[in-house]
This record gives sequence, C-alpha cells and structure tokens, in this order.
Amino acid sequence: MSMKRLFQTIKGLWSLLVGLKVTGGELIKPWLTVHYPRQEVENLSSYRGHIELVPAVGDPLTPRCIMCWKCVEICPSRCISLRMHTPGEAAGAGSTDGGLFLAPDVKSPYSTHLSPPPDKIERILDSYHLNYSLCSLCGLCVQSCPADAIRFSRNAYLVGTSRQSFELDLLARLRNQATPGQPPAGRS
Amino acid sequence: MAQDVNSRLTGDYYTAQFGPSLSEEGDTLVLNVGPQHPATHGVLRVIVELDGEYIRRAEPVLGYIHRMHEKMGEVKTYVQYLPNMGRVDYLHALAWNWAYVGAVEKLMGIEVPARAEYIRVITCELNRINSHLLWWGAYLLDLGAFTPILYAFADREHIMDILQMVTGSRLTYCYYRFGGVSADVNDEFIRRTREFVADFKKRLPMYRALVTDNIILRGRCEDIGVLTPEMARRYGATGPVLRGSGVAYDVRRAEPYSVYDRLDFDIPTGQKGDVMDRYEVRMAELDQCLRIIEQALDALPAGAHLSPDLPERFIPPKGEVYFAVEGARGKIGVYLLSDGGPKPYRLKLRAPGFSNLSLFAELAQGTLLADAVSILGSLDLVIPEIDR
Amino acid sequence: MTAQLLELLSHPLGQMIAALAAIMAFMAVNGMALQYAERKVAGFIQRRPGPYEVGPHGLLQPFADAGKLISKQLVAPLGADRLLFWLAPLVSVAPVVVCFLPIPFSPLLTGMNINLGLLLILAFSGLNTLALCLAGWGSNNKYSLLGAARAVSQSVAYEIPLLLSVLAVAFQVGSLDLAAIAASQTQGVLSWNVLVQPLAFIIFFISGIAETNRAPFDLPEAESELTAGFHTEYSGMCFGIFFLAEYSYMVVVCAVATALFLGGWDGPVFPGPWWFLAKTFALIFAMMWFRWTFPRVRFDQLLNVCWKWLIPLGLANLVATAAIVKWVQ
Repeated sequence: MSMKRLFQTIKGLWSLLVGLKVTGGELIKPWLTVHYPRQEVENLSSYRGHIELVPAVGDPLTPRCIMCWKCVEICPSRCISLRMHTPGEAAGAGSTDGGLFLAPDVKSPYSTHLSPPPDKIERILDSYHLNYSLCSLCGLCVQSCPADAIRFSRNAYLVGTSRQSFELDLLARLRNQATPGQPPAGRS
Repeated sequence: MAQDVNSRLTGDYYTAQFGPSLSEEGDTLVLNVGPQHPATHGVLRVIVELDGEYIRRAEPVLGYIHRMHEKMGEVKTYVQYLPNMGRVDYLHALAWNWAYVGAVEKLMGIEVPARAEYIRVITCELNRINSHLLWWGAYLLDLGAFTPILYAFADREHIMDILQMVTGSRLTYCYYRFGGVSADVNDEFIRRTREFVADFKKRLPMYRALVTDNIILRGRCEDIGVLTPEMARRYGATGPVLRGSGVAYDVRRAEPYSVYDRLDFDIPTGQKGDVMDRYEVRMAELDQCLRIIEQALDALPAGAHLSPDLPERFIPPKGEVYFAVEGARGKIGVYLLSDGGPKPYRLKLRAPGFSNLSLFAELAQGTLLADAVSILGSLDLVIPEIDR
Repeated sequence: MTAQLLELLSHPLGQMIAALAAIMAFMAVNGMALQYAERKVAGFIQRRPGPYEVGPHGLLQPFADAGKLISKQLVAPLGADRLLFWLAPLVSVAPVVVCFLPIPFSPLLTGMNINLGLLLILAFSGLNTLALCLAGWGSNNKYSLLGAARAVSQSVAYEIPLLLSVLAVAFQVGSLDLAAIAASQTQGVLSWNVLVQPLAFIIFFISGIAETNRAPFDLPEAESELTAGFHTEYSGMCFGIFFLAEYSYMVVVCAVATALFLGGWDGPVFPGPWWFLAKTFALIFAMMWFRWTFPRVRFDQLLNVCWKWLIPLGLANLVATAAIVKWVQ
C-alpha cells in the first residue's frame, strides 16, 4: 500500500473528527427555533395575511371601496365577490356572483357577461367576500385598487377546522375592527 | 384467490410497458421507487429493474403533479398569470417570474428602469442561494446525514426574512411586474442584505468542514454518475449539471439579459462530470452569488422601481418571443405566442429539470441502487417544475 | 413466605429467573430512556429543543410513544408468510435478554456467573441476523427483502472484527469471563484496557456500530433508499419490539465495551454499578453523536472497510497480543 493512500486515509479519518467537532460545537449552542406558542416571531410586519378592507377617513364603519370591480376582474383565482346596490334598488341588486369572470372584454364560455356599473353614481356596499381557500396572496387586487381600499392584514395565525371558516366576510371584519373594545375577527 | 389479487395489482400501464423487455435470465427484481418516496424530491416514480443491487434498467415516469400551467396560460390574461410562475418551481420562483415578465416586456417593448433591474438581480441571486441551500440539505438527507438540512434551513430563514420584507412572501414569490418590480426596497433591506452576505461568508467554511471534506461523503460522490459533455449536450442538460462536466455555458454570459453584462462574476466548472463536481459547482456558485449581490448593492441607483409609462391594459401585439434566464437548475425559457388578444395564444415553459431528468435513465444503468439515489439528488430536480 | 422466597433465590434457577426479570425491566426502562435521549440529542445538535410538550421538557414523550405503538393495529400484508412474519420480532428480542446475563454491572450484580460470558453474548447476538432474514422474507415486500439481504451481509461480515478484538483482550487477560476481565482493570485508570489495546477498542466500537445497524452503517434501514428496509411492513408494537431490540443491542455492545476496555465498575471514588452505567451511557452518547453527524456509507464501501481494514488490523492486533503475552510469560 502506497504512502499516498495511507496519507489519504489518515486525512479522511481526520475529516471525520473535524465533522464531530462541528456537531459537538453546535450541540452546546442555544436553540435557533422560535418556541411557539411560548414565543412568537417578530417579523410579521411585512407578512402577507389575507386582504382586508380599509376604513374611510373619519368613518371607521364604512369601507373606502368604490365598487369599481377592478379587484374582482383582476384576481387570477376569482376569490373576491361583492354585492352592492344603488339607492332605490334592492340590497344586493348588483353582484359579481355567478360565473367565471376572467377578462373584461372577452366572454369566457363559462360566464354570463357582467358589466361593471358606470361611474359617478352613489353605490352602497352590501357584502365583500373573500374565498381564502382559492387566494394565492399575489397582491394584484391590492395594487389595482384605485381607491386604496384593500390592504394585506397581518393575520398570520388564522386557523380553521372547516372550509367555511376560510370564506371570509371582510365587511363584518371591518365592522368588528371598528367597534372599540371588540377584538377583531382572527388575530392580527 | 391470492393469484387473482396479484394479477390485479400488477396491471399498471407503465409496468406493462416496462415488462416485455425484461432480461432473459429472469431473476431480476422490478421495483418501484416512488411516487411516494423520501428521496425523489417530489412525486417522481422510477421503475427500476434490479439484479441484486445493480440497476439493469431505470425508467422515470412523470405526470403525477401535472397542473396544466401551460393551459392556464391560455385561459388567464397576461397579468393574471403572474402568480402561476411562483408555483412552477417554488425554490427559484423569482427566476421563473423573471423569465415570464422578460418575455412579455420583450414582446411589448417595455423599458425597465435601472433601479428595478438591480433589484431584480439582487432578489434573484438571493433566491438562488436559497435554492442551492435547500438542494444541499436535501441531498445530504438522501445520503443519510440528518443534520445539515437543519443548518441549511437556519440560513434560509435569514434570506426568507429579507425577501419577506420586500415581497411579503416567503416561498412562492409574485414580485416582478411588467416594467419593474411591485414594491421598492428600503434601507433596511440593503442593510440586512449586506449583513447576511457577511455572515454567510463566515458560515460556508463550516459547511465545508462538516460535509464537503468528509470522507464518507466523498466516497458516496466521487467517480459516481460520470456525465460526459457530449451526453449532456445530447440531452440538452443545462445549469450545474452541464457545468459539472466542464462546459462553461451560463445564460447570464451566453445571452446576457438585464444588467448581468455589467457585473463581474466567474462561472465555476468541473472536470470529470461526476457527482462531486456537480456538488462543488453548486457550492462555488454560492460564492459567486454573494459576489454578484455585493456588486449590485454597491451599484444600486436611485430612481423608480416601476416604469412610469405602462399601458392601461397589457395586450401585446401579434408575434412570438422566447426569453431565457439562468435558474438554479439550468436554463429557464418562456415561449410566448400572442395573437393580439388579452390572453396568450400559446405559452410554453421550458423547464431545465425535464432535460436534466431525461439523462437519468442512461446515467443510472449499471450502478448500485445507493448510487442511483446519489445521482438523482445531484441532478437537483424539482418535480413540479418538470411536470408543470 | 420470605423464607420460601430466599430458598428459591439460593437455587441457581431461581437466581436466573430473578435476573431475567430484572433484565427485562432494565431493557424496558432503557428503551424508553434511550429513545428520549436520542431525540433530545438530535434536537440539540440541530439547534432545536426536541420533545418538549408531553410532560416537563418532554419527559413523558416515551410513554406517549409507547401508548401510540401499543394501540396500533397489528397488520400482516397480503401474501405474507404468517409464521415467519410474526416470529421475526420475537426472534429479534428474545436473545437480547439472554445477552444481558453475563454483563458485570458490579462484582455482586451480575446476572449469571459463567466463565464463557463473551461466547454467550457473541452467540446470541448472531441470532439477530436470523430475525432480519425472517422479517425480510416474511413481509412479501421487495424493499424488505433488499433491506434484509443487506443486513445479513453486513452483520455476518462485521462479526469477525468484533470477535478478533474481543479475543485480543481475552488473550491478554486469559479468560472469557467478563467479570474476571472487568476485575483485572480495577487498579485505577491506567490499568484500563483501552490504554493497553487502543486499536482493539476502536475496532470493537466500529464493529459494534455496524452490528447494531446504526449510522453511518444503517443501510438496512436506509430511509431515503428503501423506505424502511426490513421493517417496512411492521406497524404498532411489532415495530416497537424491533426498536426495543435495536436499542438493547446498543446497550449490550456498549456494556461489553465498558467491561472489556473501560474498567467496568471501576472509578476514582466509590466503585460500583453507577460507574459502569455512566461509562456505558457515555459510549451510547458517542454512538448517537455519530448518527447525527455522518452520512451513510455505501454498501460495498461498508464491506470494504470490514474486509480490507478492520480484519487485517484485528488480525495483526491479535497476533501481536499473542506474541507479547507469550514473551511475557
């Protein structure tokens, strides 16, 4: 057996001891994990939870939403649906429910053609639903809203035991957040 | 009764295809590795014919996670398709983001401001480090070392926190937009990235001491799965698989896009094309990524993060375009054919993993089963990218 | 009543039954304690807490695991050979109990005073190979078969260096009785055999790791290649029995190493079984440390290490020991 082979073997065995030293060193160092629920992570300020409605200035019970339907039409997964009415109509007369609505100018074979309402008339929001099971947190709705009426919440700890708990009623959430002393729906 | 059950159980289409060409001696074992298996990095099924421990024939079976991304490209508008790109290869999501927005920008002739270009470079390289770290940890997990993956994940947490600050997501980013990026970076981001680069440089020697120099790992990796450059070219392999065989092809040098022609970095290559060379190429790429990030941070100009003159609706003119970027796994390509409407007519995604996997059947012939697992890990496959 | 009990205990058969009962209790407690220790050591090496929720600092985790294993359904796969399938765990765990008998925890606390203690241990630990064969064949599963085939070659190969290193110590001391070997090292640390025969200690420890299928030699249960190797198809308490047998073999190997090389019950102050246990558990900790540091060795490399390195070194060591012993006489 050559000297080179012997030297390589000794170098190899030495590498094993070096490896043991590394893990031995790590053994006596403190934990790196955040021990939930005794501790919580601190970097949630930039974390995207589901979207929520932004209250109007001076009136925390009313959303800023102008019901232009831009968020509805841009969402790739068709998560958002809203109901609205103009004064004089029945509640929920205008709605985006029903049908797959993929592009404003093109009829898809699965949708009934829904046209967004014309501008400059008063509209009242009846409900604003988010189907969080479908949402991919892409942020296209937040960015396309012309009234800055949607933002990401910090609701990182949302848990549910059924599919229904992920169908979020964002208008109710806004009203909950506005009532003083009442904890908002979910933690954030 | 038992005979009936057994004949029912072996009626799978792929097993039937594999069956007729079994060797004549008849004492080989046909084994299904996967689709649920700890070592196949996703839902990959490999049918192997084993003669004792040696593999006579290996055949990958794909399609278990085909999610019809290309069909979705035809049904969604250009903007609505953006979140899809983060999900194709979730480990290097920003490179896929870049390939798609680059293709649309090329087709529509949109100019990207300089600041956005540099931000794209920094975030994409951070994502590349993330991807290589996860590959490293998962590869060692395949080989039986249970600890390095957790050390790698500790480092990944730092990068994910930095990227979360600016993109809001931790894994499947949807950050790039046509004409720039969706949010600007702030001083906190720059400070933390510089801090990370300094810390990570100190961490890399520990990886080398614990794993790369380890004699057991060298025994599992050296002279295994030797890939000649001709064979790599024949299958269209790209990325570290190709560079490990000595071919210095990197899309950032061969077909420079964005500001890569202004940045100074090396392209590490291997000599023999064995598993150890591919391993070393990826570890050397980590150093190069850090170098690129430092240069990009120094050169980051002030300005807009999104081009100010963008059209109201993204409807490209009629035409076709192909745009490629260098991902962690190889050359990522997006081919876009537009017919002037709001949705693409055809969107084809070129996944580097598909070409890399196709050489596995030939590479694994005659090797031990343990070696085949080692080779499969060294190809750095992400099956969702292969199946799309 | 007490007089009858004492009369029973003075009979050798009565003593053996009492010893076996004590050993089984020791094995059960050990199995649980070692499993907890393994998870905690793994956690700390990986910079995380390990089990924490069940009981303070996770101390009741082994009970929860035992309860889970007991409550699972015992299933035999379709087409499995029932007799072999159910026999395998029993054949795996029964010999271990016997292996504990000759181990000298202290001069008084030995299960059985037999002058062929080493031979007994080596013989009965060989039955583990048979258990692996039965498990692999009886499972009607190709993964299990592969795992069993690997395990058998590995076990059979590594018994030889184990034997050679043990024989060197036996030559030196002149007896196969573990108690006598341990007693010959009671004159302080410098009389411990590890200083006289360091090579034999290293060979014995490495062979012991390979015999008990621990990493880096854990190919028979290589999770990333063979799902779970020879115990893929076992669920519930059958798996629990294999598990228990593996940990008990670990304790046997480390206990024999302590008795042979590390001075047994000897210690700087108050020699006794607590020193024996401390040294045994130190060696077990070393085994765990190895498991969480090194990747797995490939199969032919494993056999290479055995045939090309350990056996020649073991033989050389044996011949040198024999020569020196002869020369000293």
